[in-house]
Amino acid sequence: MDTTGTLFLPPANSTIAPEVDALFQFILVTSIIFFLIVVGGTAYFIYKYRKKGKDGFTADISENRTLEIIWTVIPIILVFIIFFWGFKTYLKMHVPPAETIQIKATGQKWFWQFDYDNGASSTNDLVVPVGKPVELLLSSQDVVHSFYVPNFRIKMDVLPNRYTVTWFEAPRQGEYDLFCAEFCGTSHSKMIGKVKVVSEREYNEWLEASSNPGEGLSLEEYGAKLYQSKACVTCHSIDGSPNIGPTLSGLIGRTEQFTDGSSLSADENYIRESILNPQAKVVKGYQPVMPTYQGILKDKEIDALVTYIKSLNKTGE
Amino acid sequence: MSGNKTEVEKNYLNDQKGIKSWLLTLDHKRIGILYLYSIMFFFFIGGMSALLIRLELIRPQEVIVGADTYNQLFTLHGAIMIFLFIIPGIPAILGNFVLPLMIGAKDVAFPKLNLASWYVYIFGSLFAVYSLVTGAVDTGWTFYTPYSTSTDTSVVSMTLGAFILGFSSIFTGINFIVTIHKLRAPGMTWFKMPLFVWASYATAIIQVLATPVLGITLLLLIAERLLGIGIFDPAMGGDPVLYQHFFWFYSHPAVYIMILPGMGIISEVIAVFSKKKIFGYNAIAFSSLGIALVSFLVWGHHMFTSGQSEFAAMIFSFLTFLVGIPSGIKMFNWLATLYKGSITFETPMLYALSFMFLFAIGGFTGIMLGALSVDVHLHDTYFVVAHFHYVMMGGTVMAFLAGLHYWWPKIWGRTYNEFWARIAAFLIFVGFNVTFFSQFILGAKGMPRRYYTYLDQYQPLHAFSSVGAFVIGAGFFIMAFYLIHAMVRGKRIGRNPWGALTLEWTTTSPPSHHNFEEIPVVKNGPYDFDRIRVENDKWIYKEE
Amino acid sequence: MNHTETHPSFLAHHFSESEQQRESAKLGMWIFLITEVLLFSGLFTFYAIYRSWYPDMFINAHQHLNVALGTLNTIVLITSSLTIALAIRSMQLNNRRQTIILLITTLALAAIFLVVKYFEYSHKFHLGQLPGKFYTFTGIKGTNPHVFFSVYFMLTGLHGIHVIAGMIAIGWVLRRTINNHFSAEYYTPIENAGLYWHLVDLVWIYLFPLLYLIG
Repeated sequence: MDTTGTLFLPPANSTIAPEVDALFQFILVTSIIFFLIVVGGTAYFIYKYRKKGKDGFTADISENRTLEIIWTVIPIILVFIIFFWGFKTYLKMHVPPAETIQIKATGQKWFWQFDYDNGASSTNDLVVPVGKPVELLLSSQDVVHSFYVPNFRIKMDVLPNRYTVTWFEAPRQGEYDLFCAEFCGTSHSKMIGKVKVVSEREYNEWLEASSNPGEGLSLEEYGAKLYQSKACVTCHSIDGSPNIGPTLSGLIGRTEQFTDGSSLSADENYIRESILNPQAKVVKGYQPVMPTYQGILKDKEIDALVTYIKSLNKTGE
Repeated sequence: MSGNKTEVEKNYLNDQKGIKSWLLTLDHKRIGILYLYSIMFFFFIGGMSALLIRLELIRPQEVIVGADTYNQLFTLHGAIMIFLFIIPGIPAILGNFVLPLMIGAKDVAFPKLNLASWYVYIFGSLFAVYSLVTGAVDTGWTFYTPYSTSTDTSVVSMTLGAFILGFSSIFTGINFIVTIHKLRAPGMTWFKMPLFVWASYATAIIQVLATPVLGITLLLLIAERLLGIGIFDPAMGGDPVLYQHFFWFYSHPAVYIMILPGMGIISEVIAVFSKKKIFGYNAIAFSSLGIALVSFLVWGHHMFTSGQSEFAAMIFSFLTFLVGIPSGIKMFNWLATLYKGSITFETPMLYALSFMFLFAIGGFTGIMLGALSVDVHLHDTYFVVAHFHYVMMGGTVMAFLAGLHYWWPKIWGRTYNEFWARIAAFLIFVGFNVTFFSQFILGAKGMPRRYYTYLDQYQPLHAFSSVGAFVIGAGFFIMAFYLIHAMVRGKRIGRNPWGALTLEWTTTSPPSHHNFEEIPVVKNGPYDFDRIRVENDKWIYKEE
Repeated sequence: MNHTETHPSFLAHHFSESEQQRESAKLGMWIFLITEVLLFSGLFTFYAIYRSWYPDMFINAHQHLNVALGTLNTIVLITSSLTIALAIRSMQLNNRRQTIILLITTLALAAIFLVVKYFEYSHKFHLGQLPGKFYTFTGIKGTNPHVFFSVYFMLTGLHGIHVIAGMIAIGWVLRRTINNHFSAEYYTPIENAGLYWHLVDLVWIYLFPLLYLIG
C-alpha cells in the first residue's frame, strides 16, 4: 500500500483509500491522454494551418459521421466505467462492516467531541485502535459541519437535525489530520484535530485512563490540561491578548462590562455560569458565539478549570 | 476604411446627447453599454477582494485581516462575482449589444423591459452594497442554513439583493427568447443563426426556468430569518439539507447560464479566425439545448457527502456524467474546425485558444468530482475551488474576454493596441495557471476550502498560488488601460475588421441607432467561408 | 428609420407589422407566466414535503381554516376570471364602454377577495395561529403545527401579493381603455392582463383544496 502519497494525493491509511486512489489515478491518466489529444491537436493544427499568404476560400468540412460517432461513443464508454467504479466504492464507504467499534462524534463551534461506550470522552483527539473498523455516529450541536480525514479519504457532513454515519479502518499506526470541511463561522479553520491510530493495547489503556480523567493530577494541573483538551484555547488566550473571547489572564477580580450595560467583578460563580450558560452575560466587544458546556464538562472538571483560571492571576502579577 | 463620412458621424453613441439620453435609452446597444460600465465596476470590486484573499493566504498567520473579515471577503468575492458579474456578464453586455444585430433586428422585442432589467440590476446591487456597509455577510455565497439563519451579519439584505437580481436575469431571458423567436430578419432561419444566438437561446431558457426557484428559496430564507418559519431551521422542525437541495436546483443550472454563452462566443471566434466553416453546426447547437435540459437534473452532485441516500447519489452522479458529454463534443468540434483553416492569432483568438486549454482541464477535473468515491475525498477542498475557477474563469471569463476583444471595435468603432492586448492575454493565461493549478494539488492533498488559517504543510503551494493571482491582476490592469484608451483614442476601423460573415459586421462601426440602413435579407450561413471571403468590407463570392 | 405613414401609432419602431408585435407580446407573457408557476411550484414542493413528514398535524391544523370563507373567495375569483375574459371579448367587438364596466367589476371582485382574506388573516392573528416563532396557539395536536401556518401564510401571502399586482395591471389597462388607447385592432395589453389574472385565479384553485379541503 502506498504510504508516501503522490504528487496529488496525501499518504493513504484506510482500507478504502486504495480503491479511491486507483480511480483517481485512472481518471488522471485518461484525462492526460485526452488532454494531449485536444491540446496537442490544437497546437498541431494552429501551426500547420496558420494563415499563409493571401486570403482564399477554405474547405467545406462540416461533418464526418464516423469521427463524430467515435468521439461521442468512446467518452460515453469511459464515463460509464468511471461511474460504476465510483459508485461501487461509494457504497462500501456507506455500509459499515457488521462488527465495528462505535464512537459518537459531535461537532460544534468550533471543536469536535468524541464519546466512547465506556464513558470516556475526548475533544479534538479521536483515538482509535489499528486494524479495527471504527464507525462514527455524527451529529452537530449547531450548524452544519463536515468530518474530513484526508489520509482516510473519508468525509461526511455533520448535521444538526439527524445522525449521519461514516466508518474507516486504519491499517497502520500514526497521527492524521482531521478537518471540518463545511464552513461554520469565525474559527472554521481552527476546528481541526487529530486522529490517533494506536495499538490495541495503547487504545485500551487510553480508554481506561480517559474514563477516569484527572487521576494523579492536582486540580490546577488537571485544569491546565482541560484548557487545552476541551478547546478553551481556541477562543480564550492566557497571555492577555483578546481572541474570539476575552482572555482568561487576570480574569478573577477583573470588572467586566456586559453588552446589556451591567457590569460585575469576575468571581468563581461568574466563571461557572459562563461555562454552563455562556449567553447569560456577554462581555462588551465580543460576539455571543460560545457554545454551552452543559453536559460536556462534569462538576469536577469545572472545579479544575476554575482553579486553573485562578492560578493565572498569580503568574500574571 | 470604406464608410463615408456620415457613417462615422452619425451612430448610436452620438445621435443623442446628455446623461438623460443614456439613462432613459431604449436602444439595446446603449443598454449593453450601461451594463458594461456597471458590471465592470463590480468585476473590479470582486477582483480586488480576490487579491486581498490571496494576500491573506500567503502564509498561515494573519497577514492583513482577521478571521471574520476574511470570511466576509470570500463571501463578497463569491457573491459579487457570481450574481453581479458572471451570470449577467455575457448575456447582458455582449448579448444585449450583438444579439439583435446578429439576427438582423432593430432591437430586442421589449426595449422597455430591457431597460427595466438594468434598473433592477442596479437596484439589486444596491442591496448587496448595503449589506457590505452594514456588517458584510460571512456565510459564503451559498448561504447554507442554519449558519445563515444564525449568523448576525446582514444576510437579509444580501439575499434580498440576489432575489432582486434574479428578476433582472429573468427579464433578459424573456427578451432574448421572444427576440429570437419573432424578430429574425427575412431569410434568417433557425439553422442560419450564429451559434452565439443558439447559445444565448439555451441560456435564456435556463434563466427563465431556474431563476424563479432561487427566488422562492431566497424568499423563504429571508422569511426564516425574520419570522422563524421553521422550514430550514432544525431548531424549529425544519431541515437544513432541504435548503441545499433548493439552492442547488437553481445554482447548478446557473453554472450553465454562465458557461453556455461563453461556448457560443468561442464558436464564433474559432470559426472567424480560422476562416473556416464551423464543424458540426447542428451538434453544437443541439448540445447547448441538451445541456440546458439535463442541467436541471444534476443538482445533487453538490451534496454527495450530505447524507442523501446512495440511490439519489447514484442517479445524480450518472446524470452528471451525461451532462459532461455534450461539452466534450463541443471541444472536438472546435478542434475539427481548426483543421485546414487559415488561422490568424489576433487577441480574440488567443483568448479562445486559452479557453480550449483551460476549459479542457476544468472539464476533466469535473469528471473526477462526478465520480462518487473520489468526490467524497475532494468535496469542499481547494480541488473544487480550482475546478470551478478553471470552468468559470478559465472558461467563461476567457470567452467573455474573447468576445469583448472581438466586438470591441464594433461597439466603439475604434480598436485597441494589439501589442498590449497580447501581453495582457499572456499574463492572464500564465497567472491563471499558476494561481489555480496549484490549488488542484492543495485540494487533493486535503486542504479544505474557506479556511482562514491552514497547517504549515500547505504553505508553499498557497504562496505560489498567491503570486499567480497578482500576475492575473497585472494582466487586467493593462487591459483596463488599453481598452479605455481604445474607446476614446483608438484607431478607427471599418465595418468588418476580422472578415466575419455574421450580420453585425455588415453594418457600420459603431452601428447607427436603428442598426441597419435597411433590414438585411439573409441568403448564406453564418460561417460559409468556403464560398465567401471579405476584403476591405466587401464580400467576395466564390465563382461556381 | 423611415417610418412609413401606414405604420400605426401603437406599433413600436422595431416591429415590422402589428401581428409580429402582438405575437411577441403574448409569447413574452406566456414565458413570464411560466416563471410565476415555477415560483409557486417551489412553495408547493415545500408543502408536499412537510405534509408528507407531518401528515396528522396537517389534517389537525387545516381544520382551523374557514372553509366557508375559502369557498366564497374561490367563487369570487372564478367570477372575476370570467368578467375579465368578457372584457377582452367586448374590446374585440369594439365595445369600449362595456369593457370599462367589466374591468371595473373585475377590480371590485379582486377587492372583495382581499377583504375576505383580511378577515381570515385577522382572525388567525387574533388566535396566535401565526407562522414560525410567532405561533402561540395551543389547540392543535401534532408535531410542529407552526410549520403548517408558515406554509399557509407563505402560500396565501405570495398569492395575495400577486392579486395586488394583478389589480395594478388591470387598473393600468383600465386607464388606458378610458383614454381610448385600444380598439378591436389593438388590445394586447388587456389580453396580457387577462392572462396574468387567469394565472392568479389558477394558483388559488390549487391552493384552496390543498389548504382548506385536506383530510
